[in-house]
Amino acid sequence: MNLVVCIKQVPDTETQIKVGADGKSINMDDIKWVMNPYDEFGVEEALRIKADKGGDVIVVGAGPKRVTEALRTALAMGADKAILIEDEGLYGADPIFVGKLLAKAIEPLNPDIVFFGQRAVDDDCGLASSSVAEALGMPQLAVIVKQELDGDTIKVQRPVEGQTNVLSTKLPVCLTAQKGLNEPRYASLPGIMKAKKKPLEVKTLADLGVERDDKIEIAAINPPPERAPGKVIQGETPEELAVNLAKALREEAKVI
Amino acid sequence: MSEKKIPLGGEFLLIPGEAEHCFVPEEFSDEHRMIYKTTVDFIEGEIRPNDEKIEKKDHATVKKLMAAAGELGLLGTDVPEAYGGLGLDKISTAVVTEAFGFSGSIAVAEGAHTGIGTMPIVYYGNKEQKEKYLPESAAGTHIHAFCLTESGAGSDAIGGCRTKAALSQDGKHYILNGEKMFITNGGWAEVFIVFAKIDGADFSAFIVERGMPGVSSGAEEEKMGIKGSSTTTVIFEDAQVPVENLLYERGKGHHIAMNVLDIGRYKLGAAAIGGAKDALKVACRYAKDRQQFGRPISDFGAMREKLAKMAMKCYMGESVIFRTVGLIDEALHGADPTAADYADKCTEAIREYSIECAIDKVFGSEVLDYCVDECVQIHGGYGYVSEYPAERYYRDARINRIFEGTNEINRLLIPGEILKKAMKGKLPFMQAGQKLMGDIMEYSPLMVELPDEPLAYQAHMIEMCKKAVIFVAGTAIQKFMQKLGKEQELLMRCADMIIEVFAMESGLIRARKAIAAKGEDKARFYADVVTAYVDESIPKIDQWAKECLSYVEEGDTLRTLLVGIRKLLKYNPVNGIALRKAIADKVVDKGGYPLEY
Repeated sequence: MNLVVCIKQVPDTETQIKVGADGKSINMDDIKWVMNPYDEFGVEEALRIKADKGGDVIVVGAGPKRVTEALRTALAMGADKAILIEDEGLYGADPIFVGKLLAKAIEPLNPDIVFFGQRAVDDDCGLASSSVAEALGMPQLAVIVKQELDGDTIKVQRPVEGQTNVLSTKLPVCLTAQKGLNEPRYASLPGIMKAKKKPLEVKTLADLGVERDDKIEIAAINPPPERAPGKVIQGETPEELAVNLAKALREEAKVI
Repeated sequence: MSEKKIPLGGEFLLIPGEAEHCFVPEEFSDEHRMIYKTTVDFIEGEIRPNDEKIEKKDHATVKKLMAAAGELGLLGTDVPEAYGGLGLDKISTAVVTEAFGFSGSIAVAEGAHTGIGTMPIVYYGNKEQKEKYLPESAAGTHIHAFCLTESGAGSDAIGGCRTKAALSQDGKHYILNGEKMFITNGGWAEVFIVFAKIDGADFSAFIVERGMPGVSSGAEEEKMGIKGSSTTTVIFEDAQVPVENLLYERGKGHHIAMNVLDIGRYKLGAAAIGGAKDALKVACRYAKDRQQFGRPISDFGAMREKLAKMAMKCYMGESVIFRTVGLIDEALHGADPTAADYADKCTEAIREYSIECAIDKVFGSEVLDYCVDECVQIHGGYGYVSEYPAERYYRDARINRIFEGTNEINRLLIPGEILKKAMKGKLPFMQAGQKLMGDIMEYSPLMVELPDEPLAYQAHMIEMCKKAVIFVAGTAIQKFMQKLGKEQELLMRCADMIIEVFAMESGLIRARKAIAAKGEDKARFYADVVTAYVDESIPKIDQWAKECLSYVEEGDTLRTLLVGIRKLLKYNPVNGIALRKAIADKVVDKGGYPLEY
């Protein structure tokens, strides 16, 4: 079975994001980069299918050289091989374009399943997977929490407002992983040492015969408004405090 | 790597440190960083959610967690591959240990197990012993403990040892009798490294299993902190230990005990710094959350300066520990763990840096104590109640200044070892002293020309501080000669000066490397920390030096000596408050210690 997992490297969720000087990118200084947490579910699921049915797990990432770290992490978890589409300017690119680019690298791998995280936690788009599915002519089953493989048929569950939607299709397929699909394993120390020796292929846009073709661009990034300071309610007696609180809630906060 | 020889232990006091022999965290390999992340993820994902159970000494939970850590390879970094471990470098071990420092009680269990409980077998075990005990140690399925301390044998562990071993009549067993005290992992360990005197004389080590007849452990101690770790007596009543379980050679237990304690010390330092950084994070987050006078308290200078000082100490702690571990790695480089002389090589390599290991232990544990104390203070009343983690951090930290050799014993060891090396002609300390006495007459701080490089003034002052230490210690040696060992007040101050010198220099070299790699602008934090730290240290060193000299000499001689010190330590202060403000900006912005692996 050829199992491909697409990985995006994103700022660690604990990182304090600052808007860059141009107002439409983030300040990349001092950012700790990690594998997109939803992609970890994809890696884990692929490794489980491999353990059960055999095959190879190939992880694919696109972006600057630092993305190697996220790919190495996946190799340390147990993936067999990694491909990096290296390009310094890809971070923040049109996700539809990124999908087309990924598809170029994935197509020759002849995949049975292509995994994605259901979205990346940095831009929350969740579009690249659809773009890959479109480019490779695969059905896409998005936001899944369970999958069962039976021969070349796959049945998945996806949560919909408290209900469960069960879908099935034939391989090859593009899946996007939601929290709950599994508990991703830690990269073990033996895994980390082995990952050093696993193949990591680097390709450029030119190698894949692709030119930048973004249809959208980021016009601006606005940080969330600063939290307003708290207000101390004044009053001598509990009754007075309660009256003033109620007044503030009604007249200033307008919540009652 | 150049052909140049590795600096000797303690040599930092005599020559300027070389960047090439000063490993810094910024030089971690990708693997080191991934190992760190796995360990941190394991602590956050598996250990923290079980904190309450661990605090209640739930044996089953602790055993399960240790086995889970073993499965990830976290317990096998120092165990050779041939015996089920990973056989990684000491930097990897230090990285794992530092991350375990976030975990309080489990850090203690892990440290005692992988360090003092297992390393005696790694270094001194024969092939059969390694094959028998190391795979289960690395897997975490058998926990190890180290049994040296007795009720009457604390700091004087060898002299006071009353546990006896005698060969049985059939010559098949050693019969052990005695009681060991304050044994970490005592309640749940399967394997004990036990020190006893054969026929009441030859101090030796044994590998003892819990299941051997006559072995038992006593009740759990009620402790101030690290309540989730096990601390018991271990009792031997005519315990039958097979003769093949004698570790290394009869009468050579002191080699094992001393060498392994050196390892324990740098590991303790690493775990302490991990804990300190965690306390800084908790303190910083609280300060940003806690609103008073309509603003988060992290807006106030009094709080910001605390956070800055914590970060400065964490930086120095990291620098000191990884420099030491780098030296040990260099010295052990190429040693074959299966060779017959492996134990001797390791003993030699690690003993060489016993001064640095003692510094790691003292510095690390005191940085930790400083940080947990300020963490409580920043929390105010909430720091004193157990609902918030600050209270437990404060209690958990305190033991670190006591075990693995009290900080007082470790302080005495620092100048003591330097003197020993000087007497043996291994370190040209006396020559340096004599040269200095001549040079100092000529020296004028006004004549100094600083090279045009970053932190040149700090580098110059660090060299002057080294001279001050040599000046003071040399004067004391001349006065007290062989009796200097009894002048503990002097030795403590000398130790403090040496520790500060090593810390400042390690931090300086690291900052210079960062400046070279990132440029002055992006390495501003490093330079600020070093500049502010040196500014705080020099007056302290000045004070200690004067106290020592005033004790050693009097009258005109003293006056002449004080002139010498004044010349050496002539220092123009910097704007430390402004530097700490800048450091605090970084800490508050990052929500904790700003440098990440």
